[in-house]
Amino acid sequence: MNPVLQLTPADWLDLFKHFASLSLLAVGGAITAAPEMHRYLVDETAWLSEAQFTSSIALAQAAPGPNILFVALMGFNVGMNAGAGLGGGWVSVGLASLGVVISMVGIMLPSSILTYTATRWAHQHRDKLGIRAFKSGMAPIVIALLLSTSWLLTLSHNQPASDWPLYVLTALTTLVVWRTQVHMLWLIGLGALLGALGWV
Amino acid sequence: MPLMPENQPLHQPRSKTDLFVSFTILALQGFGGVLAVVQRELVEKKRWMTREQFVEDWAVAQIMPGPNVINLALMIGGRYFGMAGALAGIAGMLAAPMVVVLLLAVAFGGVSDAAWAQGALRGMGAVSAGLIAAVGLKLISALRNNPMGMPMCIGLASASFSGVGLLRWPLVYVLLGTGLVACSWAYWQLAKQAALPGGRA
Repeated sequence: MNPVLQLTPADWLDLFKHFASLSLLAVGGAITAAPEMHRYLVDETAWLSEAQFTSSIALAQAAPGPNILFVALMGFNVGMNAGAGLGGGWVSVGLASLGVVISMVGIMLPSSILTYTATRWAHQHRDKLGIRAFKSGMAPIVIALLLSTSWLLTLSHNQPASDWPLYVLTALTTLVVWRTQVHMLWLIGLGALLGALGWV
Repeated sequence: MPLMPENQPLHQPRSKTDLFVSFTILALQGFGGVLAVVQRELVEKKRWMTREQFVEDWAVAQIMPGPNVINLALMIGGRYFGMAGALAGIAGMLAAPMVVVLLLAVAFGGVSDAAWAQGALRGMGAVSAGLIAAVGLKLISALRNNPMGMPMCIGLASASFSGVGLLRWPLVYVLLGTGLVACSWAYWQLAKQAALPGGRA
């Protein structure tokens, strides 16, 4: 059993401030702020172990739902460490819940307030030339960003000799989803199965 | 379900509960990212918005700080039901998936090192890369009515793809570069249209 982490109320406040300060910087998804979270939570404060940090990101990406939930898992693990892990009973559950709430509110609140206010304003002025120009102008760029994201995800597996089945799987998925109405969960399930069997 | 429901009339969410439930169902289907499911459900099945509107909203959701699919849920909820709708959208996107991911963390915290689990993640990752690419390809048709004209759109998209995808420049510089050109060009075109007799004021 790991030694129990001692967190003061000031530490919880620091945790909140850490996520809140990253909230407005994380343009393009909170995952872009992951290196900074690692520096703070693992290197500086040691509130999370290396393994907890990595598995928080991996688990949130594998699970359904927005990937931002990796932040909830980080808060959960900090709370678990501040309790006595799963053996700590209700104290651990309480602290883990506190960790989830503090980190998620921290990462979500500032950006949501800004987005809500800005988009309300933009919607009220949607007939203004500047707003229409922004939306029309950004449209092709946003589409390019989607294609770039897919491209970079694919090339993150950079050993063509062994990774080519992944490239094929990505290309086939693209074609199927683009051209048919096959339910996406079938494709995800197929990908998981092929991967678990070691075929891709 | 017809393949091209482009010309059917649009619907809208009936209530905040409808928003919450719709986004919950969306989010629970979104393995490896929710975007592909959002596009298919909101544009093709529920018909809450056209492809053009989706691209416009997605542009804003992506450029604002914060998780982009949650920004989108917040914007759509806010548009129909104000602040309460925005909260219903966010809650729908987050509540149920959060419970699932925490249960997974408790139950399977140690499994993630197993070879089959790593393999399954690899396979799912490859599929979700394909899902995102398919959304990008589908949305190209939304550029047909863009005031900048198709050739300019393709040029800007290619330049952005080259910058981010091929040359791997930081996103901010590419957005500032191609974004500024694009918005100025769009502004000029829209202003020209508006100046024509009978054009939009």
